[in-house]
Amino acid sequence: MVFLDLALNALASGIALGCIYALVALGLAITFGLLHIPNVAHPALVIAGAYAVVLANMRGIDPILAALVLTLPFYAVGLAFYEFYARAFERRGRGNTLQSLTLFFGVSLIVEIALVVAFGTDLRSVSVPYVGRSFELGLIVLPYRFLVPALLAPAVILGLWLYMTRTHSGLAMRAVAHDERALSISGHDPVAIKRHAFGLATALAVLAGAALVIVGPVDPFAGRVHLGRVFAVVVLAGLGSIPGTLAAAIIIGVAEAFVTAFLSPSWAPGVAFAILLGTLALRPNGIFGTAR
Amino acid sequence: MSAIVEIRGVEKRFGAIRALGPVNLSLQPGERLGLIGPNGSGKTTLINCLSGLFAANAGTIVFEGRDITQEPAHVRARMGIARSFQIPRPFTGMSVIENLLVPMDYLPIEAGAREGRAMEILSSVGLAGRRDAPAEALSQLELRKLELARALVIEPKVLVADEAMAGLSEGEINDVLALLMRLNERGVAIIMIEHIMHAVMRFSQRVVCLETGRIIAEGLPQAVAQDKHVQKVYFGERAGR
Amino acid sequence: MSWRNFLLVALLVAAAGMVLPRVLENPYYFFAGYVVLQYVVIATGWNILGGYAGYTNFGTSAFFGAGVYTAAFLIKAFEAPLLVQVLAAAGIGMLLGLVTGYLTLRIQGVYFAIATVALVVVLETVVHNSDYLGGASGLTTIAPPAPAWFAGPTQYVFCVMLVLALVAVGIARAIEHSWVGRSLRAIRASEPAAEACGVPTLRMKLAACAISGGVIAMAGAPYPYYASHVDPLSAFSLTIGLNALAMPLIGGTRSWIGPVLGAVLLASVQQITTVTISSEFNILAVGLMLIAFVVLAPEGILGLVAELRERVGRRRATT
Repeated sequence: MVFLDLALNALASGIALGCIYALVALGLAITFGLLHIPNVAHPALVIAGAYAVVLANMRGIDPILAALVLTLPFYAVGLAFYEFYARAFERRGRGNTLQSLTLFFGVSLIVEIALVVAFGTDLRSVSVPYVGRSFELGLIVLPYRFLVPALLAPAVILGLWLYMTRTHSGLAMRAVAHDERALSISGHDPVAIKRHAFGLATALAVLAGAALVIVGPVDPFAGRVHLGRVFAVVVLAGLGSIPGTLAAAIIIGVAEAFVTAFLSPSWAPGVAFAILLGTLALRPNGIFGTAR
Repeated sequence: MSAIVEIRGVEKRFGAIRALGPVNLSLQPGERLGLIGPNGSGKTTLINCLSGLFAANAGTIVFEGRDITQEPAHVRARMGIARSFQIPRPFTGMSVIENLLVPMDYLPIEAGAREGRAMEILSSVGLAGRRDAPAEALSQLELRKLELARALVIEPKVLVADEAMAGLSEGEINDVLALLMRLNERGVAIIMIEHIMHAVMRFSQRVVCLETGRIIAEGLPQAVAQDKHVQKVYFGERAGR
Repeated sequence: MSWRNFLLVALLVAAAGMVLPRVLENPYYFFAGYVVLQYVVIATGWNILGGYAGYTNFGTSAFFGAGVYTAAFLIKAFEAPLLVQVLAAAGIGMLLGLVTGYLTLRIQGVYFAIATVALVVVLETVVHNSDYLGGASGLTTIAPPAPAWFAGPTQYVFCVMLVLALVAVGIARAIEHSWVGRSLRAIRASEPAAEACGVPTLRMKLAACAISGGVIAMAGAPYPYYASHVDPLSAFSLTIGLNALAMPLIGGTRSWIGPVLGAVLLASVQQITTVTISSEFNILAVGLMLIAFVVLAPEGILGLVAELRERVGRRRATT
């Protein structure tokens, strides 16, 4: 009975955890998966989003509501960020991987330090009425601070997926990943589409930030633990697959939860990476991706 | 005479899309073969399968009687299958002559003889004057020539020229054609992929036309040019532009 | 610089390093100097794969940490001498490079970069959970005493690191000037073209990855001796990964002198600023420098110098 109890709870919290990871990885699924820009600064932007939500919450605004409003300024930041990137590299036609990775690495450090300077290194959290209470169903006990942000993920992903498959600009965004030249022939400006996609990814960062800060307090360097994990999710999902992102994130979340429950929490950080290394070695196109 | 290259039932798929095949094609030693077809018809895919850059999903490729289907590209290169790339891929960060030393490092040429050999090749393509220029500083024509020069270093038995004349002026096209002819006279079989029709027709002894990954016509240049199907898919497309 | 001149300079530097402890009294200089030299080794090792072949390794600290813990293990288990530790660390580093390379180098560079990030966490987690290696709290390593000739352990380990730095630079230079370096540069420029020229690209990349990993791990080997304590946080520190990348990039990745220049510059600045200003601003400074170089001077200081020379030359030609 103890085993069943443990396993069921690990499964439930693993799925919840996975949903939250998916939210963090979603921005990268767009920038890296579709645009092939290795934006290693994304987790740092997520944490910046979390701090923005904390600020709003200090004025008594609900974190999720705050995040929804904050998507607009974050979208604008994303546009500007892409413009800078494009001017520095793509338009001069020398955007090699090493250089763009390094650029984003530098940006991520600057975001982190900016947060340290503005807020110090102490942990920050939000106050919501449901923290401390739990959802109970039979043997399963799941704190609301996990459940609520976890439910946000499928909603956001569904919205994004509908946008990508049903709207004109969403389809254009997916097309830019495949064939830029064909797109420009058909009268679209690939740069504008990419800029928009980058803005969208950055806007998603603030939603992910809200989810993370509801789950638990954050500090300016909290993005680092997520960096490898979100890359693991994106690669496992197969580059650019939005539903795959959710599935891959849940696989990693559940694996981590089981390792935590049955082995030791100290092994958990290695799980995502071991899965990532395994994926890269065996199925470099991801579980849900098609072979190129 | 037995064929130097024998391509039997070669197929290449990308995910669910079949980009090539099944294709059967043979090449005689010293032959000049033109490979034509609209964009995306699988010409470069076929060449990538032949040179070993892509692994074919099905079929076999035989070179000089030896099955090379499983051999990696660098082994095929050393055996004598050379190629140039559609978009020139110079080794940037190196001088022109150093570009030629890269393939030479893997050939049994004495250290003292290398520079001389490299200069010989550079002269033959008309790049001798640019020997120490950085690869980044070359013009479009010079890049095309470097591409060919590098392919010549391995003393190929088969040379694939993938759109070696794209973007060149009429005079420059004649230069490159003359160069390829001289090579052919020395016994090198040449596969020419080209969109510039008059050049392929003038150069080739035999022409093969690909469409959506399959061979739709094969024969003497004149016959292929007059083929109804070829005219529809190929010249039709051209005229429509 | 010819080989003869290079060897001459190397010998002079080595001799100066050996004499220095007799002249300078304050061990702090050697304590700080050790770190600068350690980064010369790391940056030089990184550049063999990252600079020559163009494959970014973000997981330098995995290789460094592997070296640190190999040495710590050897001290604890056998009280092995420093030379054995260094050689063993280099061996482990090469093996690690070979395995990582084999798993990921068949696909594009981005994946290799990501996999190296993953490697750090995997190794760190393993060490965290190894009681023998002290787990999260670390291990105190009491190394055998320094040879009597040296003024103290810090001076000794400084000289060891100086020798390692010269070895590392010698290896990098030998690769750069040989056919191996030429093939790696060809791979960096275009892998398909290199392959079409007969270069066995996968084998060359694996070799570069192994040598690079070996050199970086070698840089970690004297650390237990130097610090007398090892823990996962400092052995697998992000700062090492960051510096390993920043130093060659700032110095210039095309030649062996670039990483040396970058390492000496950046590490010296860091050694001075950690004393005077906070470590946060230190990281900020590195971050800004990284962006500035990558955007404005992608060929590093070496590129700037070459450009300057060219300009001066042109001006001379016109006047």
